[in-house]
Amino acid sequence: MNACCETPAFETPEAPASGGLSTVVLIGPPNSGKSTLFNRLTGLRQKVANYPGVTVEQRMGLMSGVNRDDLTLIDLPGVYSLTPYSEDARVSVDVLKGKMPGTPKPDAVLLVLDSLHLTRQLMLAAPVLALGLPTLVLLNMSDLMETRGGQIDTLKLAKELGAPVAQISAVHGSGMDAIPLFLNQCALPRSAKKADQLLTLPVLGNAASTHTWAAQVSRRTGYRAPLSAESSRKLDNILLHRIWGPLLFLVVVVAVFEVVFSIGQPLSNGFGDVLARMGSLARPWLPAGWLQSLLIDGAWKGISSVLVFLPQILLLFLFIGVLEDSGYLARAALIADRVMRTTGLNGKAFIPLLSAYACAVPAIMATRTIENKRDRFATILVTPFMTCSARLPVYMLLIAAFIPNKTFLHGILGLQTIVMLGLYLAGFIAAMTTAWLLKSSILKSSEAPFILELPQYRMPTLRSLMMRLVDRARVFLRQAGTVILSVTLALWLLAHIPPVPGQGGHYTAPELADSMIGKMGHVIEPVIAPLGFNWKVGIGLISSVLAREVMVSTMGTLYGADPETQSMHLQNALHTDMTLGGAVALMIFFAFAMQCTSTMAVVRRETNSWKWPAIQFAYMLTLAWLGAFAVNHIITALFG
Amino acid sequence: MSVLTDLRIGETAMLASLDLPDSVQNYLMHMGFVPDAQVTALRRAPAGDPTVYGVDGMEIALRRETAESIRIRSNTDALRGEVGAELGKIGEKSGREAQAEIHEFAGATR
Repeated sequence: MNACCETPAFETPEAPASGGLSTVVLIGPPNSGKSTLFNRLTGLRQKVANYPGVTVEQRMGLMSGVNRDDLTLIDLPGVYSLTPYSEDARVSVDVLKGKMPGTPKPDAVLLVLDSLHLTRQLMLAAPVLALGLPTLVLLNMSDLMETRGGQIDTLKLAKELGAPVAQISAVHGSGMDAIPLFLNQCALPRSAKKADQLLTLPVLGNAASTHTWAAQVSRRTGYRAPLSAESSRKLDNILLHRIWGPLLFLVVVVAVFEVVFSIGQPLSNGFGDVLARMGSLARPWLPAGWLQSLLIDGAWKGISSVLVFLPQILLLFLFIGVLEDSGYLARAALIADRVMRTTGLNGKAFIPLLSAYACAVPAIMATRTIENKRDRFATILVTPFMTCSARLPVYMLLIAAFIPNKTFLHGILGLQTIVMLGLYLAGFIAAMTTAWLLKSSILKSSEAPFILELPQYRMPTLRSLMMRLVDRARVFLRQAGTVILSVTLALWLLAHIPPVPGQGGHYTAPELADSMIGKMGHVIEPVIAPLGFNWKVGIGLISSVLAREVMVSTMGTLYGADPETQSMHLQNALHTDMTLGGAVALMIFFAFAMQCTSTMAVVRRETNSWKWPAIQFAYMLTLAWLGAFAVNHIITALFG
Repeated sequence: MSVLTDLRIGETAMLASLDLPDSVQNYLMHMGFVPDAQVTALRRAPAGDPTVYGVDGMEIALRRETAESIRIRSNTDALRGEVGAELGKIGEKSGREAQAEIHEFAGATR
């Protein structure tokens, strides 16, 4: 079948490490399936999706998926050539050449090529093979190649390239046995291997000659490109239609939120009841007194007030997963390019911005695919305005508490959904306006070209979607178990000191307003009172600088610690303690403010200075304060 | 000689040259935009720009100002050139034959 498999199967390695083999690297053009293969070979769960530029930094893992725990596998961002064009590609080239500090120099290369577009993909083979490292060429997506009637003589290709070639399907896991076989061969002493000299490699560095060479090779090896999927074109006839395209885009967005609300809300309420019941079931097991109060009224109430939103967040991630895996994201970027352009942002900024709807941290990393540095910085600076999933609990809580559940259009569209969409829109407009300001002043640059590869549509696999949800749930739970738990405990403590003497010489908790936290809250109250926020909200704002969802747990803990509101649902407690103006202002505040230490840390890392996150934090805070101030006064004037 | 933006949707042409900064040019060439490649304009984005081009079985979107710097030869031009050359050859040949005939004739009459 191919050169690699001519050796008998199951040949045990004579000396696994003796050949000096310890690091293997995966390289290939963007969207050729390297990360899918990486996941399969290591058993890890690297993010994969159907658009170019998902992987933006090197990732390492042990090859336990093929029982080679002794080998480290490095996954790299996709590259078209070894002349780096953008930041992520530079990472790949540096690692491949062993110039990346902290990453071992690779001893062997797995070159992953998408066999559906082999001619073009072969252009990368020339410079990679010229590095002189033992290389196995993997023609990925062989399953689609077969079903669509493509053809290639792998043996001839192996002869042409002077390297073993194997056909695989990383998604389905077929053809994987070629990889351990190749690795075993690499481990053999050099003399045992045939010294194939490459004579046909083109002069490096000239794209035109490399292409001619690649075309010749693919012709000589009988390569027949499979028919391009007509279904992709037909889908695009609708999804990129002049009128239907943008309309469907809007429908998709509205539908996502409507579902997150109409299906997610009951799920979350049910989940909340379960969590509350768990709390009350645990109560009798604890001795009445401070421990019970700390664990049930403090910690559990705080954590569960955030955990409640898990079903809704998972639902949102399910939709994002479908959009990313199907290949629609690149089309959405195309539709939105006109908007991006008027702001002066690079067209490539759209994909990071869209993924910021999940979380700003990976989105900021994804800006590495933007070649122009000024464009990249502008994108980084506006990314935190996009409504990330951590804002969702805050919005959900306040909307459920303050916005009446009215519906329009025969119940299709709810007022709560409209408010939610409005908040997303507010964030988007703030991002675009800021981008325009930046791009027409300090980050002005000549317009960078917009070059975007549209991947073919693929059916999202259940496996990949489930993996996303499990990962997301894990992140959410970890956050609840660490940041939220510690903030909650600290808050409970601050709410209970200084203890005041009660009857019988026992010390009891002070009135909430007289406690440490109450005093702190009253200090900041003058600053936030014009926004319609009380001191409890003020404490929430401060603690939520760590992470936005901490706001919800803080409210849970503070209202839980107050005897007046202790027995109430958090929604009801808020409803009695805040005005409508204050509540909407609070949502606007969260739409604009940069309440997230992880984002600040990643901005510092990506821009390599504290200057940018500091400017960003101050700017967003100012905007948040002004926005909340205006909204509070407008709403109060309109609705009393 | 025209540029890529002159292509109407559905039309195919042969790429002649790229007139872009080196790094962009190199990148585009690795995506398949090499001289003599067949490029088809597939569709425009809903807003009229960028345009999706098909090259080497791939679909790649380019904004107008990038596509404007890519020169193409329309396939009919390329064909016309070939036909012209062929016609020229035929003409030359018949010319030579005529010459020979004249010589022959002249020889005969002499």
